[in-house]
Amino acid sequence: MSCQEKHHILEISNLSVSFRQYDRGTNQINLPVITNLNVSVHDGEIVAVVGSSGSGKSLLAHAILGILPYNASLAGEIYFNQELLTEERKKQVRGKEIALVPQSVNYLDPLMKVGLQVRNGDKSPGVMERMKALFRKYHLEQETENLYPFECSGGMSRRILLSTALMGNPRLIIADEPTPGMELSLAKKAMEDFRQFADEGNGVLLITHDIELALEVADRIVVFYAGTTVEEALVSDFESLEKLRHPYTKALWRAMPRNGFETIPGSQPYVKELPEGCVFGPRCPLFSEECEGEIPERVVRCGTVRCIKCEEDHSHHHHGREEAHTHAGS
Amino acid sequence: MLEAKNLVFSYTKEGKPVVDHVSFQVAPEERVGMLAPSGFGKTTLMKLVGGYMLPDEGEVLVDGKPLPEKGYCPVQMIWQHPEKSVNPRLKMREVLAEGDQIEDRIIEGLGIEEDWKNRYPQELSGGELQRFCIARALGKGTRYLIADEISTMLDLITQGQIWNFLIRETTERKIGMLIVSHSQELLDYVCTSQVDLTL
Repeated sequence: MSCQEKHHILEISNLSVSFRQYDRGTNQINLPVITNLNVSVHDGEIVAVVGSSGSGKSLLAHAILGILPYNASLAGEIYFNQELLTEERKKQVRGKEIALVPQSVNYLDPLMKVGLQVRNGDKSPGVMERMKALFRKYHLEQETENLYPFECSGGMSRRILLSTALMGNPRLIIADEPTPGMELSLAKKAMEDFRQFADEGNGVLLITHDIELALEVADRIVVFYAGTTVEEALVSDFESLEKLRHPYTKALWRAMPRNGFETIPGSQPYVKELPEGCVFGPRCPLFSEECEGEIPERVVRCGTVRCIKCEEDHSHHHHGREEAHTHAGS
Repeated sequence: MLEAKNLVFSYTKEGKPVVDHVSFQVAPEERVGMLAPSGFGKTTLMKLVGGYMLPDEGEVLVDGKPLPEKGYCPVQMIWQHPEKSVNPRLKMREVLAEGDQIEDRIIEGLGIEEDWKNRYPQELSGGELQRFCIARALGKGTRYLIADEISTMLDLITQGQIWNFLIRETTERKIGMLIVSHSQELLDYVCTSQVDLTL
């Protein structure tokens, strides 16, 4: 998929998730929330999947862990450590080799004290010690252990969820929106911890809406729009508009406060009304008739793009390769 | 002028107050950013100012008078999670009708499409839903607007659209704003002044 050849911790290919729903009366419809999504995470890498809320990106985490609701159906393949992740295997690895830092603070049990939840009920001295060390690391007072979740603020709850995930020494962390509600310094701190975790040879799949934070910490950015991945880029590609591939990514870049907060009209389409062909078509300045056909994923300058208008730029190509290798070495 | 005077609030009788003697003022032409670390009680403070809860001590005044006990509250709040602040059983048209005579100009300015009004909340994306919540808070009687992390969950394009609209609208109607956000870059762009609550 990209220019680097490294050990994959996680490889997701052509993942689609859809929901069976009742429309009117007993009439059932199939709601495609994720379509043909491709993501891979290599050893020592943080990969950020960036998309806005309500775009279905949390379902990606749930699909990997096998905790989708009963009315969801799944297509495509997921590999963990080169091994096909079947529903059976998902049950074995989740909470151990793959840990989730969930999005909503509602994932904490409201009737159980925090300490008990972090330790999963374990009171052995080693586990207690590890919890205390993690609390110190994330500036949680030791008394937090005896609080109920409603007594903790949003930011505290997120740090509690992060500590819980790290208790079991995982190989891959899936972090679903781990930082909103945290002030910037703590968000960066949490990100540093992910960085350190990745540098030890592990992988992090960071699912977030916060592209600026993702740019500070991740190695690669996967841009999620209307249920699919429109571009996979190196973080360094975001240094200039020319290196980016997809018109939506370019629009995102222009909308960053530091680049002028410039916006384009319209909003992401709801899954029931996806346009024919390119999902960004109706808002795209380059839109033409061919964009209503099938849009394959292409490799351009060491990243991927789902756009037929994006040109292979050979002058940048060599440069891009070099960057990929620098990243591989870091 | 919107004034918070010496507000004190605690969730338990013995515990230390979450909001401890906080005072500030917002003028109609101002957009005031609120800075404080997480867990400081920003959302609690906003609920007090918006009249959702009563303070243990202190008062909230609009032009020298306390918030009305009945009728439309001149201080309106937009919440962080749009999916939690609309009734899931109402169509979006009815959600809008909960507001105070929302003008078409606002609905157009926020890019709300006619067809979305016929849907239920769960049939809209987060960004689409938040546009309705903002429109609903901008009724005729609104004098001050509280925005508590209203755009963090949205993509940057939607954030830009929403903030550029809010700046135009509140400037035109002289609506004062209180803004909570953890993004310093956003506050620098949007606010006319910033208050550090920890001082």
